[in-house]
Amino acid sequence: MLASSFSFIRLRAQFVKEVLSILRDPRSRMVVFMPPILQLLVFSFAATLEVRNVDIAVYNQDAGRWSHELVQRLDSARFIEHVRHVDSRQRLHELIDRGEVIAALAIPMDFSRAIAAGDSGRAQVLVDGRRSNSGQITAAYLAAIAADAGAEAVMDTQAPDPVSVRHWFNPNLVYRWFIVPGLTGILALFSALLITSLSIARERELGTFDQLLVSPTSTPEIIISKSLPALAIGSLVGLSMVGVGVFLFGIPFTGSFGLLLASLVLFILSVVGIGLMISAVSATQQQAILGAFAIGVPAVLMSGFATPVENMPVILQWLAQAIPLKHFLIIVEGSFLKAMPPGDIFANLWPLAAIALATLTMAAIFVRGRLQ
Amino acid sequence: MNAVQQSANLDQPQAMRLRRFDPRRLAALVYKESLQALRDPSTLLIAFVLPVVLLLLFAYAVSLDARNVRIGVVLESPGASAESLAAAFAGTRYLDTRFAHDRRVAAGKLVSGELRGYVVIPQDFERRLAQRGGEPLVQIITDGSHPNTANYVENYAKGVVQSWRAGLDIATPAQAVALEPRYWFNAELESRRALIPGAIAIVMTIIGTMLTALVVAREWERGTMEAVLSTPATVAEILIGKLLPYFVLGMLSTLGSAALAVFAFNVPLRGSLAALMLLSAVFMAPALGQGLLISSLARNQFLAAQIALFTGFLPAFMLSGFLYEIDAMPEPIRSVTRLIPARYFIESLKTVFLAGDIWAVFIPNLLAMAAIGALFFMLAKRATRKNLE
Repeated sequence: MLASSFSFIRLRAQFVKEVLSILRDPRSRMVVFMPPILQLLVFSFAATLEVRNVDIAVYNQDAGRWSHELVQRLDSARFIEHVRHVDSRQRLHELIDRGEVIAALAIPMDFSRAIAAGDSGRAQVLVDGRRSNSGQITAAYLAAIAADAGAEAVMDTQAPDPVSVRHWFNPNLVYRWFIVPGLTGILALFSALLITSLSIARERELGTFDQLLVSPTSTPEIIISKSLPALAIGSLVGLSMVGVGVFLFGIPFTGSFGLLLASLVLFILSVVGIGLMISAVSATQQQAILGAFAIGVPAVLMSGFATPVENMPVILQWLAQAIPLKHFLIIVEGSFLKAMPPGDIFANLWPLAAIALATLTMAAIFVRGRLQ
Repeated sequence: MNAVQQSANLDQPQAMRLRRFDPRRLAALVYKESLQALRDPSTLLIAFVLPVVLLLLFAYAVSLDARNVRIGVVLESPGASAESLAAAFAGTRYLDTRFAHDRRVAAGKLVSGELRGYVVIPQDFERRLAQRGGEPLVQIITDGSHPNTANYVENYAKGVVQSWRAGLDIATPAQAVALEPRYWFNAELESRRALIPGAIAIVMTIIGTMLTALVVAREWERGTMEAVLSTPATVAEILIGKLLPYFVLGMLSTLGSAALAVFAFNVPLRGSLAALMLLSAVFMAPALGQGLLISSLARNQFLAAQIALFTGFLPAFMLSGFLYEIDAMPEPIRSVTRLIPARYFIESLKTVFLAGDIWAVFIPNLLAMAAIGALFFMLAKRATRKNLE
């Protein structure tokens, strides 16, 4: 009885068959490995919340020295591509409306005169609120430029900054150092999730799942043989992306590679469990893929990749604890930049293990449910 | 080439009689496809449940406005001014301040992610304050592994220190050049107002590209596409029959999402509903065309799903200006974004919701979406024909 419920020979045969069914087709072979790497390359350059190459419009009614000084500083500001001079307020509004400039500066006639009189010269800045985040950053940059120009106006080279700022782990705040570790988790998640969620559903759609059920194969064998290929492929995708991050992008890797590898495997395992659950309840491949999507997309959004988890309402923060990606992101970011000590890694590793155990058990129950 | 065309023309009258465009046949096809779509619970999940979940998440979970950022204050100085500065930190709305007396404790919490930054009020704070200038008063340390949050921490913390110092009334001179920013279209600067219109584009991409790619790929995979093609129905009828239900589904989903955005999440709709529907309808052309193209190239659901994910969904998310500003991307990637229909749709959606009917924005975007749609349909048609030979 025991022999018939679990056999390594059968398991090996099953495993080989599963791997072949994914990798035999050269097109799917390419689609499994190529796009994640390509995406990593493209997105790591694209995903940035910095502000660069923006256009600013200026409507300068003042002929004096200080408005000239201010505009000149704008011209040489690195984040601005073009300063567009306009000669009416209406044109200024038009450029903002059309989204051609992110901010527009209106300098009034008495600007230089006010400064010369020892008063403040006030200029209005219209900011495009459709781009709320970049708009705020642009406004902050412009304020800094104005402060510089103002400091020159009052001949006040002192007025030292009351604070000194240091950014740890990433002194220059390179956005890519944040994006690449995060994308590693997300892209590995999607490839593992799609492969597993299709595994059982495809067999059911083609009708071969019934054949599998009447064969001597036991539920644990089905679960293991269906999870191993995705586990291998997902981990490989994750690993190669860590490699790209370290060797191509030169992101410092300061943590323990062994612990990261263990976390990666546990992470993929918990994703595989979710994928198998989806697969077990789906009748067709379409349902499986869409189900994977309906789970995967919210999971990514709540993982803390796009925005920090602590910005979310408390209930969602609790829910986020059940998302494997949330814990993995902390580990992978910590391992790259923060030289995270083992204690902190374990604090995020055991939730991963718990999630993996829970999802795989649920998957086994669901698959067995199919048997009856 | 010409000869071939001529002979094709000669054959046409006969073919035409057989394969004429027949509205009744089309209606039957549309009916069949609609039933098929509606009977599958996963279609409804994607078209109506996922949009609600996504909009909810964009309204409450994904917020670029940093609130409750956890920062530590390390109070090394026992003086009264240091206490009052620490109290100023505790009083800010946007920071969730925790106190410590040892900077090593705070440093450890920065590594574990418990804190996003900390402020050190040094032992000789009172002396530095009396000195005025020279040495900085406090040190701000941020967690640079989250650059955006690090920026917030820096700016807020600086702001707290500055306003605290202004409150002390140490003659801080008035700024000679003062800018008065006004945020148009989104005066409250809620990032959700900018994000939710974009989320609608993501939903439409999923329905248009993902769902269509899967549905048509399934027909190819099962061989039923060839069966349908060999019936008297024309290719146009078959394609319209397949795509029309998803077009309608996408439009309904847009309407539902827009209603949810306006009534539940307080996003204003400053433009007209007609403009919104027009933009959505035109966006469906490239979305459906891309789905069709993917399915006829892949002809298998696994491949179709992967390709749709990597060419449709993820680019709509990352390269469309939805979360990340296109201007800030390097030039080669900016050229890639020009091929992504969601880019034009998201810009228009933000405008129609937040700014109003600005046709100077809409018209170029509509043209671009239509052109990309036409390109996708042409390629799909070519790919389909080649598949049959």
